[in-house]
Amino acid sequence: MTSYTVARTAFRALRRNPMRAMLTTLGIVIGVGAVIAMMEIGAGSSAALQKSIASMGANVLVIHPGAASSGGVTFGAGSATTLTPEDCEAIQRECPAVRYAAPMVRARTQVVYGSRNWIPTYIYGTTPIYLEVQNWGALAEGEPFSDRDVMNANKVCLLGQTLVRELFEGASPVGKEVRIQNVAFRVVGVLPAKGANMMGLDQDDIVLAPWTSIKYRVTGSSLSSGSSSASSSSTSSDTVNTLNNLYPGSSDLYPDRSTVQAADQPLPVRFENIDQIMATAQSATEIETAISQITTLLRERHHIRPNEDEDFNIRDLTELTKMLTSTTTLMTNLLLAVAMISLVVGGVGIMNIMLVSVTERTREIGLRMAVGARARDILRQFLVESVVLCLVGGALGIVLGHGGSLLVRLLLHWPVATSPMAIAAAVLVSASVGMVFGFYPAWKASKLDPIEALRYE
Amino acid sequence: MPLIELRNICKTYQLGDLAVPVLRGVSLAVARGELVALMGSSGSGKSTLMNILGCLDRPTSGEYWFDGQEVSRLTADERALLRNRKLGFVFQSFNLLPRTSALDNVAMPLAYGAHRLSEHEARERAAEMLRRVGLGERLDHEPSQLSGGQQQRVAIARALINQPPLLFADEPTGNLDSQTSEEVLRMFERLHSEEGITIIMVTHDPKVAGHAKRIIHIQDGQIVDGAFGEADGSAA
Ligand SMILES: Nc1ncnc2c1ncn2[C@@H]1O[C@H](COP(=O)(O)OP(=O)(O)OP(=O)(O)O)[C@@H](O)[C@H]1O
Ligand SMILES: [Mg+2]
Repeated sequence: MTSYTVARTAFRALRRNPMRAMLTTLGIVIGVGAVIAMMEIGAGSSAALQKSIASMGANVLVIHPGAASSGGVTFGAGSATTLTPEDCEAIQRECPAVRYAAPMVRARTQVVYGSRNWIPTYIYGTTPIYLEVQNWGALAEGEPFSDRDVMNANKVCLLGQTLVRELFEGASPVGKEVRIQNVAFRVVGVLPAKGANMMGLDQDDIVLAPWTSIKYRVTGSSLSSGSSSASSSSTSSDTVNTLNNLYPGSSDLYPDRSTVQAADQPLPVRFENIDQIMATAQSATEIETAISQITTLLRERHHIRPNEDEDFNIRDLTELTKMLTSTTTLMTNLLLAVAMISLVVGGVGIMNIMLVSVTERTREIGLRMAVGARARDILRQFLVESVVLCLVGGALGIVLGHGGSLLVRLLLHWPVATSPMAIAAAVLVSASVGMVFGFYPAWKASKLDPIEALRYE
Repeated sequence: MPLIELRNICKTYQLGDLAVPVLRGVSLAVARGELVALMGSSGSGKSTLMNILGCLDRPTSGEYWFDGQEVSRLTADERALLRNRKLGFVFQSFNLLPRTSALDNVAMPLAYGAHRLSEHEARERAAEMLRRVGLGERLDHEPSQLSGGQQQRVAIARALINQPPLLFADEPTGNLDSQTSEEVLRMFERLHSEEGITIIMVTHDPKVAGHAKRIIHIQDGQIVDGAFGEADGSAA
């Protein structure tokens, strides 16, 4: 007996009572439909969540230099000056799990435009890559500064929405000049609005500029020893630098050092260090890999022996990601459990009707046995019938569930994602429900005595 | 060698503590190509004997030789195969599958055969069988759309689909009027004479039994007359 004949026989038997078959499989239809809808809506919201986590910077890694210490006094994380922009470039170049890496220098100072001033929460010196790292997206206005600006320490900057509001009262700042610690920076672009971050800090209260400009012109002007090209290449720097003497009355706190003093106590020559490196992993799942790749690379670059502690540390937001994803997984699993219960109820319904069907068709079973059906042929026939019933129910359920989730998307605008896994699982589950709950009735049918079955009224 | 030979077959039903003997030492032989009627009063054990002959039931004791094979000791699966390949059944109440076309009813036993017929071949063969019983025009009719006589002819076509050498009919005309009974019996005679099929039919109607070449009388579970045909009666 070919499997085609078996399936055809099953279909024919079910077609003898189409209404009852439909009602019997309704439980499976609803169960599978619920599973599919749950999975699709669950997958959709978890994809949306992943996206918003990514935009919050969940796959962002922050590399800080280690703590400097002197005579038993440590100065806290980030006080050592061991990270260099070259480290950042090396990370970008040599760690495949890292998508972007941006160097960062921080400053906290006053920004002035005309008669208005403001102290932004963040003044970051960085590279254009930073916009990618933090998912800033397209600028609201203007253009980002370029790598060339970074190389030349050009005095250009991007402003966040809060600064636009506070300094320019909403007028377009592009092309205007703001003064950061008395250094004039030309505004080249405006960042889009981003709102508050997880801690409630305003992310729009930000000024971004080339890290070289911040480091050498704003924070480190007195210490600047390297990058002579940076100061000389900028044509406008001389004229603007006169603004450093905006307040003629101001004078240095300490008297100028004489040549002898300078020779006796040379200021430590500092190589270019940066405050931190921000990097993003290729994906949330590759954070671990990225961390280990960066660790290996930096240990090598900083010549740290295997038994020595690192002079840097890497932080990520795995905890946050885990917490958020586990919440959605929990919800999805809960709903799935409910859907599973309805599948079991549907299965019991199948078993019930199959038992009725076996009793009803006792004479048919007897007849089939009389013409040569073996017990296992009967078992198979009824088993295939209940599996076919469940698969038809499963197919209808898939259509129903998919339609339901589409409706949810159209009417409620919830994010929904089709999940081929869920469809495969639904087919598998409904076939197994058919097997499990169809087995007892089929087994009962196969155990009938042919004579008694034939004589059954 | 007879096609069928029973030696001292007993069948006892156990109803609680009470043993009900239904067949009490039945011995008989049927040769290939015979048309035999089994007669007896109601409750005499005809159907019980028929079930044993048809390998649907096993005797409590005794030997049953079919075509040179002792079948009372076969397993259930072996008996199922034997029924499929060598035996055909025609029942008093037709026993057709409801809401199933005549063609599918006739093709049904093919599903359990060892021969691997394609769906198309099976349908061809079933249609040929239906044409032979004169129902070539009724292939797609369901049992409810057929008369009693036509239904019984479908049942006969179904019994013959595997070309068995032996056909059992338990009161084949019991549910038919005399006109259609006559048709069915003529068909049996034709199958017997033209195709050499051995037929054993149960009846308590002497007119029906009259179509048979030999009549076996059974009474209270014992054969009283006609246990052995002319050919081998003396041999036993
Ligand atoms: N399963 C059973 N259990 C107990 N007794 C049975 C069983 N089957 C048949 N009998 C008994 O065996 C006897 C013979 O039954 P059987 O069906 O063979 O009669 P029959 O000759 O076919 O009668 P009828 O002409 O009415 O069909 C009856 O007395 C019946 O009560
Ligand atoms: Mg009877």
